[in-house]
Amino acid sequence: MLKSRTMKLFLAIMMLVSVFAFAACGSKSSNQSNTTTPTDKNNSTQNISGSATAVGSTALQPLAEQAAKLFKQKYPNATINVQGGGSGTGLTQVSQGAADIGDSDIFAEEKAGIDAKALVDHKVAVVGFAVVVNKDVPVDNLTQDQLVKIFTGKITNWKDVGGQDQKIVVVNRPASSGTRATFKKVVLKGQDEVQGVALTEDSSGTVKKTVANTKGAISYLALSYVDDTVKALKYDGVEPTADNITSGKYPIWSYEHMYTKGEPTGVVKAFLDFMMSDEVQNGPAKKLGFININDMKVK
Amino acid sequence: MFQGSDKNRKIIDKAGKVYAFICGALLIIITVTIFYFISVKGLSTFLIDKKSIKEFLFTTLWKPDRENSLGGPAIGSLQFILGSVFVSVFAIIISAPIGISSAIFMVEIAQKIGRKLLQPAIEIFVGIPSVVYGWIGLTVLVPFISKHFGGLGFSLLAGILVLTIMILPTITSVSADTIKALPWEIREASYALGATRWQTIRRVILPAATPGILTAIVLGLARAFGEALAVQMVIGNRPVLPLSFLQPMSTITSVITMDMANTVAGSVWNDALWSLALLLLLISLGFIIILKLVGRRRIY
Repeated sequence: MLKSRTMKLFLAIMMLVSVFAFAACGSKSSNQSNTTTPTDKNNSTQNISGSATAVGSTALQPLAEQAAKLFKQKYPNATINVQGGGSGTGLTQVSQGAADIGDSDIFAEEKAGIDAKALVDHKVAVVGFAVVVNKDVPVDNLTQDQLVKIFTGKITNWKDVGGQDQKIVVVNRPASSGTRATFKKVVLKGQDEVQGVALTEDSSGTVKKTVANTKGAISYLALSYVDDTVKALKYDGVEPTADNITSGKYPIWSYEHMYTKGEPTGVVKAFLDFMMSDEVQNGPAKKLGFININDMKVK
Repeated sequence: MFQGSDKNRKIIDKAGKVYAFICGALLIIITVTIFYFISVKGLSTFLIDKKSIKEFLFTTLWKPDRENSLGGPAIGSLQFILGSVFVSVFAIIISAPIGISSAIFMVEIAQKIGRKLLQPAIEIFVGIPSVVYGWIGLTVLVPFISKHFGGLGFSLLAGILVLTIMILPTITSVSADTIKALPWEIREASYALGATRWQTIRRVILPAATPGILTAIVLGLARAFGEALAVQMVIGNRPVLPLSFLQPMSTITSVITMDMANTVAGSVWNDALWSLALLLLLISLGFIIILKLVGRRRIY
């Protein structure tokens, strides 16, 4: 008797809780759709209000966060929530409509499983990459052909590219990473790396540490991460600098994208315009090692 | 405060009961939901993408992003499963004797030093985040191994050593609690029979504490199996079978954490990662069941 009563109580509570949970979900999503539409009718840029979420690329995250902070200072009634999660998550979330902006390191077309046609691409910054080696490696310059041979496992010793007799240790990013996708597209021209030979490290910080610690190591890093613990190489004789990238002499760079589902409106549009402004491009973007997208003379 | 208001007290009693029930129910709901979610995601590799479980569990070709023209995605994960097993089993083999010995020392031999020095030291270990272990491993351990044992340093050995230190506090504190909880009479009885302290520890304390110590070991193993970040940083993440202690390799968790964020939900790649997560969940479930069975055999 008692047992069945407790059982009933328990079930009732379970039902109550789930009803509450559903109610909470429902109200939350309706809230979100309300806030993404602009509340100001006269559409004056001074009265931007509402909130939006940007999810995705961890490479873009620090820039997006700082831009969101400046945006909030400018328009106190507007809030941009910035979250990481990775490019894949960003593209998935924006495609499903769960986020207003999907941050990505690579073009949506290049990500299998994403319907790129439904998304609108907003390129908001440029990242340059350098091929980096351990400081003990005496080589200063590698050609594209040499890099292809190194990363596809055809050259395995530094003496074959003008260094001393030392084994080359390739340090890769995970196969899903945007940095690796850029490197594979620009330098390797899509050729497959050898499997099971390279080390794989997840974050730029770990890659830098690994290259700095491991004799004969080679990898690639965003320019903002390159410091004097590793050695940045010239690529086909060209130094990896911002000037060489904007003028088109140095090819290893990629866009940072903010995708929206359909054309952006209201607070989302205001924020994306703000990302392109000199205030962001010459401010936090430059400080974080991104290259001003308005300076790009090449596409 | 509640003088003369029996009714009030009853209401508060009832409210407390209801609150406790809601919390309990919520926990159950969360557990069931997580299980359901991971199962649905993890099984879609086999149900929707039509991959075979045999390929997933028993082959070693991991190319989840391979184009259809080249043969389609390959999701052989045996090397990751073995990697996880090796890294955690060897970590247990090293840390269990150290942990159990420390526990005996703490409780039976030098209670004062144990309470004042050893226990706080072990508690500090628990509070250190795993990324710190990983970073220390990357900065100190990996170059050390490379210099003195050869290879790159990124290796099974580095993973084992980092894990050994990470699970030591679990094993030590659970073992110590078990030994502490043994009734004092069994020690007195042993000494009364003329046994020395060593004989008492060896013949009375250890056998009596065996179920608890086994619990400690299983707990440590479960923790080692699920640890991701620190291991991922020092193990090299090469998708190959673990054939040497000095070779880089991968574990289930390192593959999941590296690729999960950058793959698109619903793709074969993403589904395969969820399948790995499901496998991990089932293995921890197995550990918990073993834990329950072992715990049931408690003598004291």
